[in-house]
Amino acid sequence: METKKSFLKEFKNESMGDRLFDIIVILLVLEAVVVTLYPFLYVLSVSLSSGTAVNQGRVVLFPVDLDLSTYKMVMDYKDLWVSYGNTAIYTVAGTVCNMVFTCLAAYPLSRKQFFLRKKMNFLLAFTMYFSGGLIPTYMVVTGLGLYNSRLAMILPVLISAYNVMICRSAFEGISEELFENAALEGANDFVILTKIAIPLIKPTLAVLTLYYAVARYNDFFNALLYLGKSSLQPLQLFLRRILLMASTEIMQASGSATAASAAAQSTVQIRYVCIVLSMIPIVALCPFIQKYLVKGTMLGAVKG
Amino acid sequence: MTKTGGMEAKKMSKEMRRQLLKKDIKRDKYLIIMFLPVLIYYLVFCYFPMTGLWMAFTEFRSGQGLAGLYTGEFVGLKWFIQFFESPYAWRLIRNTFLLSFYSLIFGFPIPILFALCITQIKNSKLQKGAQVITYLPYFISTVVVAGMISNFLSPSSGIINQMIEALGGEPINFLGEPKWFRAVYVISGSWQTFGFNSIIFVAAIMGIGPELYEAMKVDGASKLQTIWYLVLPSIKPTIVLLLIMSLGNLLNVGFEKVYLLYNSGIYETADVISTYVYRQGIENQNYSYATAVGLFNSLIGFAIVFAANKLSRKLTDTAIW
Repeated sequence: METKKSFLKEFKNESMGDRLFDIIVILLVLEAVVVTLYPFLYVLSVSLSSGTAVNQGRVVLFPVDLDLSTYKMVMDYKDLWVSYGNTAIYTVAGTVCNMVFTCLAAYPLSRKQFFLRKKMNFLLAFTMYFSGGLIPTYMVVTGLGLYNSRLAMILPVLISAYNVMICRSAFEGISEELFENAALEGANDFVILTKIAIPLIKPTLAVLTLYYAVARYNDFFNALLYLGKSSLQPLQLFLRRILLMASTEIMQASGSATAASAAAQSTVQIRYVCIVLSMIPIVALCPFIQKYLVKGTMLGAVKG
Repeated sequence: MTKTGGMEAKKMSKEMRRQLLKKDIKRDKYLIIMFLPVLIYYLVFCYFPMTGLWMAFTEFRSGQGLAGLYTGEFVGLKWFIQFFESPYAWRLIRNTFLLSFYSLIFGFPIPILFALCITQIKNSKLQKGAQVITYLPYFISTVVVAGMISNFLSPSSGIINQMIEALGGEPINFLGEPKWFRAVYVISGSWQTFGFNSIIFVAAIMGIGPELYEAMKVDGASKLQTIWYLVLPSIKPTIVLLLIMSLGNLLNVGFEKVYLLYNSGIYETADVISTYVYRQGIENQNYSYATAVGLFNSLIGFAIVFAANKLSRKLTDTAIW
């Protein structure tokens, strides 16, 4: 009886400490969420507010005097859509090529009997730690005639060795029996890959598709190096011009560089509208991120 | 007799090896066909450029197309010496190292702390929501992040300086003064990656068996004690491995963010090797010199990864290769 009492007492004491602990934990997590979200919320609010409210510094958290005219002005600007269209091409075509080549690389490397397995594994892994570097790569890509070619956004970044390693360990996780049975029934490796192996590692492929698609969508470096023609340039180069280079091209194009409307539409607002518009596809990925990443799947990325 | 016998055996084995190879090729023909495009990609876009590193030892002559990679006159270590004799070498190495060093010191513990907190939360909606939201910045492009930073920090209209002024301070030109660049770089980098980098620790913590938690409870441990005596020791191998892997990246500072945020006024703290290579090579077309500087960077980087790997093998039995 007495032991039970003291235990209860202890439990109560502890739960006080634990309760404090719980509160601190929740506060820390909420703080992380606020710190992450606030910059985006601020950008969104400024983009939706009236120019006067922005200029007076009245926008701190939520939109003030809802005003969509900046959106209209930016969306009337043709170059935005040209670059958006280019990005769509690079992202879709690039991601498809990325996934095809990643599977083509990972599957043979996962087959234990493949006689070139070790050599080819080394060939890939070595590129993760050493490369020709910027200038030789630039010379080769331009030397192959890819300057100002859409292929320059796809070919130099066709395969990520790191993603191949992830895909390979997923293939290796498939039971050997399935392969043997299929082979006994006379299926060749192409049939096995497309009919058996790929469907079995769909969650991994989904995550890899996400990584590749985001990388292609955000690719700035290759565009900076290889795309001088503005009709080929992707969204990221357009954004750089607007966000970081003090460009007034949108205001000029809309013919509102006149004093009255220029005051109403500050450069900052135009910039934030561009940020919001460019982030829509990424935010649309959220459910996908939740589905595949939050499960805590590590994909054997760091198995050593 | 023995000699000819040995010769014959050698011949035999050669013949046998050829036979075996033939058999291998026949058996794996589909795998070979599959891998061939991949091999071509790696040869053309990864290994071909590596041979172009020869430029670092020659005087590049333009107008010869791809042959120009090899036809320049051999000048030995001229470009390396020129780099080390330039006033920039030390500054570039220091900036490159310090930016990643501070990022590591400041950025490494936060994902661990965050993972510890988020796995303690019982409300699964809050938990999942917080995870998705904190992953988000990782997927935002560097251009947008740099654009947000430079606009938030703008001395005239940026929200940060508006806040400083509201509190009675003087506006600070964060991106115009060398002393602020490292802080801006490190804090924004941490903001962008802490959520995503916590994934691996969350996974490690989730992997701890529930019976171990039960045992701690039975022993009457408080939650803090559970973290200290159970959770932290359990994820220690993951922490050590990731720390070592990040040590291997100490000379790899991402080009994009620095390039988008810096200006010639703050080269003193902001200019790193990769941006210098870009300016020298792409903008000024000093191809050979820039190749040499880039090669120096990769070699040091490679050596660091190698050392980190050795260290890892000694400390944890886990190694990258």
